[in-house]
Amino acid sequence: MTHMGLLLAAVLFVLGLAGLLARRNLLMILVSIEIMLNAAGLAFIAAGAAWNQPDGQVMFLFILTVAAAEVAVGLALVLQLHHQTKSVDADRANRMRG
Amino acid sequence: MHPAIYNALWLEPVIPFASSFVLLVAGRKMGRRAAAWLGSCSILASFLIALAIAVAWDGAPFTQTVWHWIAVGSFQVDMGLYLDALSVVMTLAVSFVSFLIHVYSTEHMRESEGYERFFAYMNLFVASMLTLTLANNLLLLLLGWEGVGLCSYLLIGFWYGDEANGLAGRKAFIVTRTGDTAFILGLFLLFNQLGTLDIQPLLQRAAAHWHVGAAAAEVAAFLLLGGAVGKSAQLPLQTWLPDAMAGPTPTSALIHAATMVTAGVYLIARMHGLYELAPAALFAVALIGFATLLLAGCSALTQHDIKRILAYSTVSQIGYMFLALGVGAWSAAIFHLVTHAFFKALLFLASGVVIHALNDEHDIFRMGGLRHKLPLAFWCFVLAGCSLAGLPLITAGFYSKGLIIWQAYSSPLGTTWLWIGALTGAFLTALYIFRLIFVVFYGSEKLAPQHFPGPAVQWPMVVLAFLSMVAGFIDLPVALGGGEHLSRFLAPALPLVAQARPTALGEIGSEVIAAIVFFVGVYLIYLFQLQRPSLTETLMAGGFTQGLHRYWYSDWGMDWLYDRALVRPTIAVARADQHDVVDLFFAGIGALCGGLYRGLRLTQNGQVRRYAAWIAAGAILLLVVGLW
Repeated sequence: MTHMGLLLAAVLFVLGLAGLLARRNLLMILVSIEIMLNAAGLAFIAAGAAWNQPDGQVMFLFILTVAAAEVAVGLALVLQLHHQTKSVDADRANRMRG
Repeated sequence: MHPAIYNALWLEPVIPFASSFVLLVAGRKMGRRAAAWLGSCSILASFLIALAIAVAWDGAPFTQTVWHWIAVGSFQVDMGLYLDALSVVMTLAVSFVSFLIHVYSTEHMRESEGYERFFAYMNLFVASMLTLTLANNLLLLLLGWEGVGLCSYLLIGFWYGDEANGLAGRKAFIVTRTGDTAFILGLFLLFNQLGTLDIQPLLQRAAAHWHVGAAAAEVAAFLLLGGAVGKSAQLPLQTWLPDAMAGPTPTSALIHAATMVTAGVYLIARMHGLYELAPAALFAVALIGFATLLLAGCSALTQHDIKRILAYSTVSQIGYMFLALGVGAWSAAIFHLVTHAFFKALLFLASGVVIHALNDEHDIFRMGGLRHKLPLAFWCFVLAGCSLAGLPLITAGFYSKGLIIWQAYSSPLGTTWLWIGALTGAFLTALYIFRLIFVVFYGSEKLAPQHFPGPAVQWPMVVLAFLSMVAGFIDLPVALGGGEHLSRFLAPALPLVAQARPTALGEIGSEVIAAIVFFVGVYLIYLFQLQRPSLTETLMAGGFTQGLHRYWYSDWGMDWLYDRALVRPTIAVARADQHDVVDLFFAGIGALCGGLYRGLRLTQNGQVRRYAAWIAAGAILLLVVGLW
């Protein structure tokens, strides 16, 4: 049972990473990051269930709040970027090229 | 108790120095007239102080410490001035001739650019020269020594718009610096061995520590001689002086004839106690003087630039002074130094009148017949020329040179062949200076004079002409019924020549032969130049004489030799090593960093997703490494 939970978390994480790398739309990238965060949370809960410890669930609550804060900041940045470049394409925002 | 006026000694160099500073800073604002007045009056003030001190002179040496200059452990150097008979004579001669030449310059330089700058440099020169002559320690002497070298450089390249002048200045600086390096090494050696640089204690310690012929004394004397040879344009470092004639004529008169170039003579006379301990070095001094006076005399005979003839003549006359020093006739050298300052300065000032009158013409063969149009210059040339060549009995040069010729023969260190060489030099002197006079002032007029000298140019020349005649009487030999006043005056500072060695001829005999040599020389050149010019053509027709003429004209090929042996290899090495070999290592480090930077810069491409991919790859790598 535990193994299935961890496996699901791993699948979700890889899906999120693939989305992060493949999508150019910043909103979709944010969504991918959310998926990865939740995959990490799922892994904590699965681990907590496996060892009969509440710590995993405590960690998940932390991740939930961090994710909420991250989305708020991330969306604000996306809005700013859209303001300046009239697009939400991540590859267009490459003015820091060395 | 010393006379009160001695306390003003420090003002002698300080007044010209302060005036030079004012002229450099505010010369342009004060205007030409004021600059000329300030420049001349500061020298006059120095001269008056020197004169007052000489009048009050009581014979006892006087040391004035202005302040402590350097004090590091046992290395103590003061800004100290030392007054003895030698420095009294030197400061008097230097400041007086300088004053006359400054007055001359107020008019002569009037049409030149940088009038104020000229006076600033000249005043700085006089200040340095007086520092040199008054210094009580070798380090302060070196300061004055380098100061006059700097002024020489600045004034040779005074008209810096012409590249040749700048190159001549650079050559003078580098060649004299070659000698100065030896001088400084000598200073190191003396301090290392004797523990002081103050001249009088140093000479006392040298006499106490070293026996005659000690290796350290010889080496130190030779090293100081190196400095003297460079500064005084003696063999083998004489090549800079003829080129130094690129400077304005008053500069040539003051620095490159009357004062600075005789600094080497002064140095050796000042350090005579050291040279008495170093017979080999002293003999080298005599030998250098002997060779230089002959070689430069021959070169002077072939030149056709009026100032270059006088320059070679200066080299040759300083050769006489070195010869006198080399045979231990210290005061004879100083005597000739003083009379030479008068008549050679006069020759240069008169040549300046001629050159200016003919619109900067230097070639004597494009001049001629000037004796009616420029009578003052003509008579100055005749009087100074007679003095230089040694017209018997009535000229200063006859007595000073006659004394050197006699001492080269009769002093315990003298020999017959030194005497014969000195007489040959006197013969050459008569030839080259009267060749110049006959070519420039006799014959048909080729260029008409355009400018005629005013009073400020004429008066200094008249005074110098007078001195060129009578200055000899200050040291009239006993054999001719005189009192040898200068030698006796200098005796406390410069010992008299020891008992003369037995010679076949007496002093009168030597003087008579010198007089005969003068007349024969003048008659010969009269014959060849004026009476029978065809003789000169016959003489110059031969291949040998032409070759010899070319050889002498090129200063015995010394310039050529130095150019091939030293200048060109140095430049070639510098060219080859333009991109410093040692630098390759450091340039390599730079190139490596540059390469790394260009490689890493590629990763910073602004693509956020690419960064994420690298982070993921890094994380996976860490996991793999961690789990392995």
